[in-house]
Amino acid sequence: MSRSAKVFTAATLCVALAGTGMVLAQQRPAAPAAGAVAAAAHVAAPQRTGLGREAHAAEVAAWAIAIRPDGQGLPPGSGSVKKGEDIYQTQCAACHGEFGEGAGRWPVLAGGRGSLKGENPEKTLGSFWPYLSTTFDYVRRAMPYGNAQSLSNDEVYALTAYIMYLNDLVPESFELTRENFTSVPMPNVGGFYDDDRETTERAFWNPNPCMTDCRPTVPQVTGRARVIDVTPEGRSGPRVE
Amino acid sequence: MTETGMSRETARLNRRGFLGAAGLAGAGLATAATGVRAAPPATPDPLITDVQDWARVLGDGVQARPYGSPSQFEKHVVRRDVEWLTASRESSVNFTPLHELDGIITPSGLCFERHHGGIAEIDPSKHRLMINGLVDKPMVFTVEDLKRFPGRQNHAYFLECAANSGMEWRGAQLNGCQFTHGMVHNVWYTGIPLKTLLDEAGIRTNAKWLLAEGADSSGMTRSIPLDKGLKDCLVVWSMNGEALRPEQGYPVRLVVPGWEGNMWVKWLRRIEVGDQPWHQREETSKYTDLLADGRSRRFTFIMDAKSVVTNPSPQAPLKHKGPNVLTGLAWSGRGKIGRVDVSIDGGRNWRTARIDGPVLPMSLTRFYVDFDWNGQELMIQSRAIDETGYVQPTKDELRKVRGVNSIYHNNGIQTWLVRANGETENVEIG
Ligand code: HEC
Repeated sequence: MSRSAKVFTAATLCVALAGTGMVLAQQRPAAPAAGAVAAAAHVAAPQRTGLGREAHAAEVAAWAIAIRPDGQGLPPGSGSVKKGEDIYQTQCAACHGEFGEGAGRWPVLAGGRGSLKGENPEKTLGSFWPYLSTTFDYVRRAMPYGNAQSLSNDEVYALTAYIMYLNDLVPESFELTRENFTSVPMPNVGGFYDDDRETTERAFWNPNPCMTDCRPTVPQVTGRARVIDVTPEGRSGPRVE
Repeated sequence: MTETGMSRETARLNRRGFLGAAGLAGAGLATAATGVRAAPPATPDPLITDVQDWARVLGDGVQARPYGSPSQFEKHVVRRDVEWLTASRESSVNFTPLHELDGIITPSGLCFERHHGGIAEIDPSKHRLMINGLVDKPMVFTVEDLKRFPGRQNHAYFLECAANSGMEWRGAQLNGCQFTHGMVHNVWYTGIPLKTLLDEAGIRTNAKWLLAEGADSSGMTRSIPLDKGLKDCLVVWSMNGEALRPEQGYPVRLVVPGWEGNMWVKWLRRIEVGDQPWHQREETSKYTDLLADGRSRRFTFIMDAKSVVTNPSPQAPLKHKGPNVLTGLAWSGRGKIGRVDVSIDGGRNWRTARIDGPVLPMSLTRFYVDFDWNGQELMIQSRAIDETGYVQPTKDELRKVRGVNSIYHNNGIQTWLVRANGETENVEIG
């Protein structure tokens, strides 16, 4: 089919469909000349369909609970270390341990300072998390595990204060409020930088990867998963025919 | 500790095998050649000479299986988990049985699962998707609304958890590609570009970041750069031609092609538009890459090129000498796979594998090496090279620049040791 024939067909189709109450969405705004119809398929300017509805302010308030490091999104409220301790011991300690040390394999919430370069890094609010807002946000949206979004804002302030206390970030007398929220610096705030793999790992882009004699020596086995033996349902050896 | 090594003679033969056709017959891995056919058996095979039940009596009729499931003889082909990994199964992971699959599409029921608060079971008529923040009008869409938008698209994309192979940083731990590499799947998605919804709400000019949020009990959230959201992210309701499975986010999930799986928020209920990232728990406490100096990379979204030989592998050992098919998967978050190389001598010598099936951007890609095995010990590796020229590094190269504490983004070259009896093991070599 020639180009002009295609354009003609498209235009005819458009007219035909419009006649039956069906409009091609991409071509809806005007009734352009045949040439413009073809072009419209390539440059689709943002266009509203009218689908969906506007949100009610109360709906947005109910769901938009994300908190930013600068405090944007924090609700009014406050809570003390003392009050936080009470709630923590009844609602959190069973999993996270009385002092945030983690019961069994449940997550550790406190300690680990100075561990990041070691064999066993422990990533807590005190040792690793760059921002306090993450604790408030996460506890409010996801904890206690299995009964999420059941805590009041004041309770979340109090629990956040208590987790700060467990991490030696504030004294026992501390009370956390929306107003003083960003005033306590987090020890590891400077410990993060944006992904730089494309520069620092530039060597991994290699136009001529080695194909022959790539290692000077015959490889030796230095470690075996079977020795560690943690794989579920390991199978015994096969029979070779 | 040196437990085993390939003899110089073996290595020499292997190298010759790779280098010249003349030497192939002597190599552990030679291109498939004409073999010696077995003679007829002394007694005939009763499976042929006796009439079998299935050839005599009627089987199930139509509608005995209104939603079909795999053969009863495939019961072992399932997702598996590693119980000691996590404290609770509701925040845990299981693994795709890569060694039992072929082609590039992962069957929906075998796609690995990672939940943070269990599977949310949502009646689609009760699901809502909100767009709010730096938009002209905050909007609410129903699932039916989404399916009425123009511009529906279909794409195959891999989804890989950033923690795939994360247990292997310090050395070989898990004996099976299901466990070392099974936090990846590749699915055909149907949905609409996220951009369509953002355009409908009208994003403000100062917008730079998006926050995607799930409706599950973890309220999963991730910050996503707006550019990515406008470029190729999708809001999908369909996988492999049918509705999303509940464990994959039914009724609606986000697709973030080439980027770490945690960002592909399931049970997607909200997109907030903002001018800064939110630094949520999953982009601070988790999914940041702790390096040897104690500092951490954040926003390491892209999944680097990676590959793995799925057969042979510890769960799929070699059972026969003579003709065999080596196969595996390669993928890259930066685009298409350009080439896959395979080595049988622990990376001393490489040859380029045959790719079969479609090579799609940010999709699993299937490769093969058809070979004759003479019973020699092999150290099998594969190396993916993507269209940007990125070459999958060895584990040691990766450890040199990252240390061993980063948990995430381990795309180092895997070594499988095939022993003379065909048994195959996950090993580290040096
Ligand atoms: C039933 C056990 C359980 C209880 C009770 C519980 N949590 Fe958790 N908590 C978890 C699990 C499991 C996770 C990790 C979830 C995941 O990774 O998806 C977690 C994660 C956390 C984290 C993030 C840890 C990290 O390193 O990223 C914080 C903070 C937290 N919980 C605080 C609390 C507080 C405060 C309470 C009490 C209100 C509480 N939790 C009650 C099980 C529990």
